[in-house]
Amino acid sequence: MLALVGYYEEWWIQILKGIVIFAIALSLVPLILLAERKLLGRFQSRYGPNRVGPYGAMQPLADILKLLTKEQFRPTTSVGFLFAIAPLISILTAVAAFAIIPFGDTQDIFGTKVGLYGVDVSIGPLYLFAFGAIAFYGIMLGGWSSGSKYSFLGAMRGAAQLISYEVSQGLALVGVIITAQTLSLTGIVLAQKGMWYVLPQFFGFLIFLVASFAETNRVPFDLTEADAELVGGYNTEFGGGRFASYYFAEYLNVLVVSGVVTTVFLGGWLLPFGIHPPGWVDPFVVLFKMSLIAFLFIWVRATLPRLRYDQLMSFGWKVLLPLATLNALVTAIVVVSTH
Amino acid sequence: MSSATPPQTTGAEQPSAPAAISVTAWSPGPDVIEVRRTPAPGPARSTWRTFRETLRGLFTTFGRFHEKPVTVQYPEEKTPVYPRFRGRHKLHRFEDTGLEKCVGCSLCAAACPSDCIRVVAAENTPEHRVSAGERYAAVYEINLSRCIFCGYCEVACPFDAITMGHDYELSDYDRTDLIFTKEMLLAEPIQRTPLRNEGE
Repeated sequence: MLALVGYYEEWWIQILKGIVIFAIALSLVPLILLAERKLLGRFQSRYGPNRVGPYGAMQPLADILKLLTKEQFRPTTSVGFLFAIAPLISILTAVAAFAIIPFGDTQDIFGTKVGLYGVDVSIGPLYLFAFGAIAFYGIMLGGWSSGSKYSFLGAMRGAAQLISYEVSQGLALVGVIITAQTLSLTGIVLAQKGMWYVLPQFFGFLIFLVASFAETNRVPFDLTEADAELVGGYNTEFGGGRFASYYFAEYLNVLVVSGVVTTVFLGGWLLPFGIHPPGWVDPFVVLFKMSLIAFLFIWVRATLPRLRYDQLMSFGWKVLLPLATLNALVTAIVVVSTH
Repeated sequence: MSSATPPQTTGAEQPSAPAAISVTAWSPGPDVIEVRRTPAPGPARSTWRTFRETLRGLFTTFGRFHEKPVTVQYPEEKTPVYPRFRGRHKLHRFEDTGLEKCVGCSLCAAACPSDCIRVVAAENTPEHRVSAGERYAAVYEINLSRCIFCGYCEVACPFDAITMGHDYELSDYDRTDLIFTKEMLLAEPIQRTPLRNEGE
């Protein structure tokens, strides 16, 4: 199946690429963490962290060190094995989803053809949603195995929310898939050579973006961790390294979603007005577009209040899902009638 | 508009209203404000309203993004205080003779609501003259961990010997270090607290 799309490499190149992508993902997370705290500060007329290192640049490092040196503890009512494994599920699925985001076309590096992506699967979006669905086990098991009421409530909310919004998220992508007529993410990027899908699929873009806010449990859909009402939601009982894993996974999910939006709607590594830069520029173009989406995530976090639970549900099922269905339907009719 | 009209129709003359209320209908009374809501907007209107208000919120926060932060970078820059700010106490001397103003009368200790001032008086002798009066404060201690900075000591003092200064950086690692002795209260602070300027 893999051979059907693009190109696939020797086994040793695959391993090397895996390591490189993991390293990139690991180093992007502290950056977005710092960016979020600095930007949130500026949105609220304050500086944000500026004490550790120049302009507070060492703040994520200090945070991680602090969290990792903390004692590992768990409540007596918790389920030990699940409690330990749940943060790992979260982080694993986030990293795995990162693997299919294309940072560029296949390049000739020292005479070897290498695709600038983890793996170009022929079922791109399905792979993504599969790992998105497993990611919810991380939250669910973490909240349930904590053996505390707040965690349990947070986990239940998380489960309902993720299931509700995953449907709209998937349906929003259907329009793009129909237009591009491929499921491979590199294929979708290459199909956007004429025009980025953000224009013809504008409603799909909006729906996908809103559903992604819910899928990553970000404000205004952060009901799973709702600090004001549920203490910390599913991660109430987690501390130290395990909490760091959840934290890490949350920001990695934001990066994955920005990557997917970039790939699917913003033309991936393509530049507008027919500019064709050399191949090594491609990853930077993708990273720049990703940072724009990440900025939007932070901007929205600084602006919107949290939804009420019934508002969240009625918005997901009564507004977003019909709109997403309509979008897919109209796209299908237009594509069929023009071909 | 309303400010231009003379105050004839103020609320004080209103309570003649209850005559019109029927017995069967529940009356909220004259001091309950009736809330009137506009009819709830339909799905299209409410969706549009949500969308518009979301955008408005986003632009509001983006406006803040361009502004300079209002944070006071505390250890480097300090909030200036008003001239009458009640900070750490000071004891004073006469400028010409250098004698202490405090005569050890203990009125400050009597006025102190948190009982944090301790004064032990002693007689001045011609060889050992400390204050201008008959007696002087041999021991004058203020326990700043108990002081509530009310300024009653300042008011009670008949000689203006004790006043409230401007220092507010009084934290320490040990409670015993917060008992300020007479020498510490007489000494000028090492670093002056910035004073707020006129109109600041």
